[in-house]
Formats: sequence, C-alpha cells, structure tokens
Amino acid sequence: MPECNTMELMVIAASRILENGASVGVGTGAPLAASMLAQKMHAPDLVIMFEAGGISPVMCKMPISVGDSRSFNKALMASGMCDIMESCQRGMVDYTFLGGAQIDMYGNLNSTVIGDWEKPKARLPGSGGANDFASFCWKILVITPQDARRFVEKVSFITSPGYLDGPGAREKAGLSDDTGPHKVITNMAIMGYDRETKRMQVESIHRSFTFDDVQKNCGFPLLKAKAIVETPPPTDKELEVLRKEVDPEGYIISKG
Amino acid sequence: MYEVIAQGQGPLFMDPDADKARAFFRQKKRALANKVMPLKDAVAQFVHDGDYLCIGGFGANRTPVAACHEIVRQRKKNLIFAGHTSTHDYQILAAGESFNRCDIAYIIGIEIRGLSPNARRYSESGKVQFCEWTNYALALRFKAAAMGVSYLPGRNVLGTDTFKRSAAKIGRCPFTGKTYCLFPALWPDVSVIHVHESDIYGNARFEGIGICDLELARASKRLIITCERLIHNDEIRRHPSHTLIPHFLVDAVCEVPFGGYPGNMVDEYFSDEDHLKLWLESEKDPAIFKKFMDKYIYGVDDFDGYLELCGGIKRINQLRAEEHMIDLRTQRSECHA
Repeated sequence: MPECNTMELMVIAASRILENGASVGVGTGAPLAASMLAQKMHAPDLVIMFEAGGISPVMCKMPISVGDSRSFNKALMASGMCDIMESCQRGMVDYTFLGGAQIDMYGNLNSTVIGDWEKPKARLPGSGGANDFASFCWKILVITPQDARRFVEKVSFITSPGYLDGPGAREKAGLSDDTGPHKVITNMAIMGYDRETKRMQVESIHRSFTFDDVQKNCGFPLLKAKAIVETPPPTDKELEVLRKEVDPEGYIISKG
Repeated sequence: MYEVIAQGQGPLFMDPDADKARAFFRQKKRALANKVMPLKDAVAQFVHDGDYLCIGGFGANRTPVAACHEIVRQRKKNLIFAGHTSTHDYQILAAGESFNRCDIAYIIGIEIRGLSPNARRYSESGKVQFCEWTNYALALRFKAAAMGVSYLPGRNVLGTDTFKRSAAKIGRCPFTGKTYCLFPALWPDVSVIHVHESDIYGNARFEGIGICDLELARASKRLIITCERLIHNDEIRRHPSHTLIPHFLVDAVCEVPFGGYPGNMVDEYFSDEDHLKLWLESEKDPAIFKKFMDKYIYGVDDFDGYLELCGGIKRINQLRAEEHMIDLRTQRSECHA
C-alpha cells in the first residue's frame, strides 16, 4: 500500500462510493475533495450540486467555498439555493455528502454546539445546508475521522437528522420516506447501518486496522456486518490525482 | 388551516403578517429615479440601529464586504442579523459587535479556512440572542416574503434540535395529512446585495449563481445595491432578460469597484486567501485584533483606503489572474480539465 495520511485515506475511500451517473449534494471540506476525486477517477458524469447553486462544474481547481466561482466553473448551470434544495426535496438527488463535529449510532449529526445550547462549551457554525441535505437526499454519506470524541453515545445537539432514535423515527417526524444515513467513512473503516435496528455497523476495515481499533475510537458499541471485508487500499493513481489535481494546495489533505 | 402539532422555542424576531408588509410596499416608490449615492450616505440613510439586516452573496462570494465595513465604521448597533450562508460578513459584523440578535443558519465558520476566533468569542459571550434555522429554512422565509405570503412549508428541520431552537411550527397538511415544517415569512428592514452591474435607477444584474439573492431582493423592505460598475440604462434595455433585480426594489445604488474584496467576485477577482488568513491570525489575540480593526476598518475613510492597505490595484490584478486561472508568469491557463 502506498504511503498516505489519514485524510487522504478517508477521501479516497469515500470517493469510491459515488457511482457514475448519480447526483450528490456536496458540503464543504473533505466531502468536496472526495466528490472531485470521484469525478476525475471513475465518475465523470457524477452530477455534483452545491447548495449555493453550482450544478455539474468541471472542477479543475478545488473550490475553497461551496459558493466560489470554481464551484460553477464550466458548469452546466449556475442556479440558486432554492432550486438546488428543491431538487433534493423533490427526490432527484441520490446522495448528500457531509462532515460534522459529532455523530451518534443512528447517524444523527451535530454541527451546532458542544455542551449545553444555552451556555455552550463551544459554539459551532450550525446547520448551514446540512440539515436540508440530510432531510431531503436519499442517502446520507458522512466523512469524519475515527475518534471517540466525534463518535459519541449522545450528540450535544441534533443539527441534522440521521435515523433520530431508531427505526421509523424519520417517517414519524415527517421526513421523506426511505431516506436516511447510508455510509460513514473514516480513516479506519467504512460503516453502514443495520437494516432492522438502524444502528451503525462496521462493514469494511482499512488495511492495518482491526475491529477493536475502530471500536476503541468510538464512544458507542458498534455492530458488525455479517461479513466484514478489507477496504481495498488506495492506488498510486488515486493518490496522484488527489495530490496533484484535486488538492495541490493541501487545503484538505494537509489536515490528515 | 394547518393543524399545529409542535412549536419551536426560539424567538421570532420579525412579524410575519403579509398585510403589514403590503402596507409598507404600497408606499414604496416605483418611479425611475436616480439613486446613485456614496456608500457612506446609503448606510447612514438606510441602515438604522435596531434594524433587521441581511447581506447577500454566499459568505465570501459576491458579498458586499464594503457595505459591511461601512456599517461597522458607522458603529451601527443592536441590529438583528440573518446568519444565512454567512462567513466573512458575520466575521466583520461580529468584530463591530453590530448585532445583538441573530437568526442562525451558518455562522462563525469561514468554510474550510477554519473558524473565526473573534466571531466565536462574540457568539459565546452571551451578548447575542440566537434562533436556529438552516440555509434552506431561511431561504424559504425570504421566498415566502417575496411571494407576499406569511409562511411556506418544507420537509426539512423536522425531528431535530434545530427545530426545537427555531421559531418554526410543525403542522399537518390539509390535503395529505403528512407532517410539514412551517417557516414564517421574513421581511428584512434592509439588505445589501453586491452585483456586477446596475444602472442609476437600480436595475441590476450579476453573473453566476444566484444563491438566495433573487428572493432576498424581493423580500427586503429597503435594498442597497453595491455594484462593480454603473452601466447606462440603454444597456439594461438592450438585454432585459439579463435584469435580475428591477429598480423598484432598490433604494440606493453605490458604485464600489472591488466591493466584494477579499472575497471572490465571479469573472472579476478571486478571493484573497492571504488576507483572509491575516484576519483569522489577528483574531487569535484580542489586543492584536483591536489594532487590526483600528488599522483596516476604523483607521480608513472608506473602502478605497482598505484596498490600498491590502495592496491596491497590484493585488487586485493578481486576484484577477487567479480568478481566470492564468499563471501570470507564463500567461498559460492553469486549468487543464
């Protein structure tokens, strides 16, 4: 396996999940790098949408913001927020790709506060478009480092909905049928969700890590998929494209 | 009539009554009048202490940065601010402690550049009353206002703590019985939108993504347009399909070249990442940040003074090359895709 840092490993593993021809609403940071890598590797017809209005840009330089001019460079359309979010709400967007400060076993995401909302230990940015994407898109992908401070028993605040408190809860709350968390990609593993309980389960582990490593860096008990596989390691080509074409300035991958 | 199932606990800062908004718009002038004025005068005349203020663009993209500076320089206070897609705009207004109430969709973060230390300190200080929303929730609130109705439904925010801390309601659809989140219309007292071109009457157009500015322009009671260039009304009439904001929404037109700096203005200049880093670095130590503010905002007469301190036209030309992805040395395109 070629040498790479944890962020590179995460971004590459995440990029492979997006299939050619799918549509994805992309958030800022690592999800952006993963979507861009997917577009350059195996999914040239990936319909990438940004909440500010960019649709299907040719990303020859990494957008620094999901609303900067690179987010609609040679794009098919420079639209607006309502059009993008309403395409999601109408059911035309397959994936959303998000980050988040905290995640729980049902895939609920917190990007609002650490601690109590009234007197927070740390005030964070809030939802942005994350709650909207997580409510509307068919499948939620999350990319975040494997860390017990991030994978917590109870998030301080549910900013964006995962499966809330379990099976049937999304539909009961009024969220669209058959939507919800799909995969979580970390530097150690790829996790999905158990069909019955809607709890997070380990499905694929990156080379040189074990289930115990993943569990030790997670604040709640993880389920195991029936067959846990080894994640195919990053290829030289993926790393080269990531480093030279996707993020040569190191905005994302230097944080690994 | 919707059956209301639940109510968020957050404060509703503005009255969502459509008839009150109509009464305001009834007396708003429709005539083609020359509205060109210095930005200083526009802010003095149209931004009042205690107003609900919205800033167009997306964080540091096509954002009226010059207007944010002027609001801080004129020490406007007790504003209510829509933290909608806000990054550098929130950072500037937090530095001025210009607002004490805020509808949050996204604040403090400067996207992948990191969190603003000073905006975070101010937001955690207890000096600001907050209400939680999302980007699309606030977009729907502007859209409802633009439509002239008092609310719109959405299938977002449901089931989350974001709802609990919002001022939204949850209601049942009278047609299907399904549950929807209901978002109250929001008519801001004043908004500022930065565009590429406007005529003297305020017929305005921009390039690229609209973000939420078409809805925001129509929702706002008063609207200040800052533009890169004034153009003749003949040019507007030559391409009426390009007009995005009609003059009767607009109260002031201010020609402010590079008025989105250090943010990105599509086709004009890319963001000045070095200068945005300087903001973040300076903010780490409050004493250093005070000096920074004294030098860059309070110590200059207007935005031209700021641009000079930041490298003037030489720096702008570098950012122009970066926007067009041209290597200035080789004159080659940096875009090979």
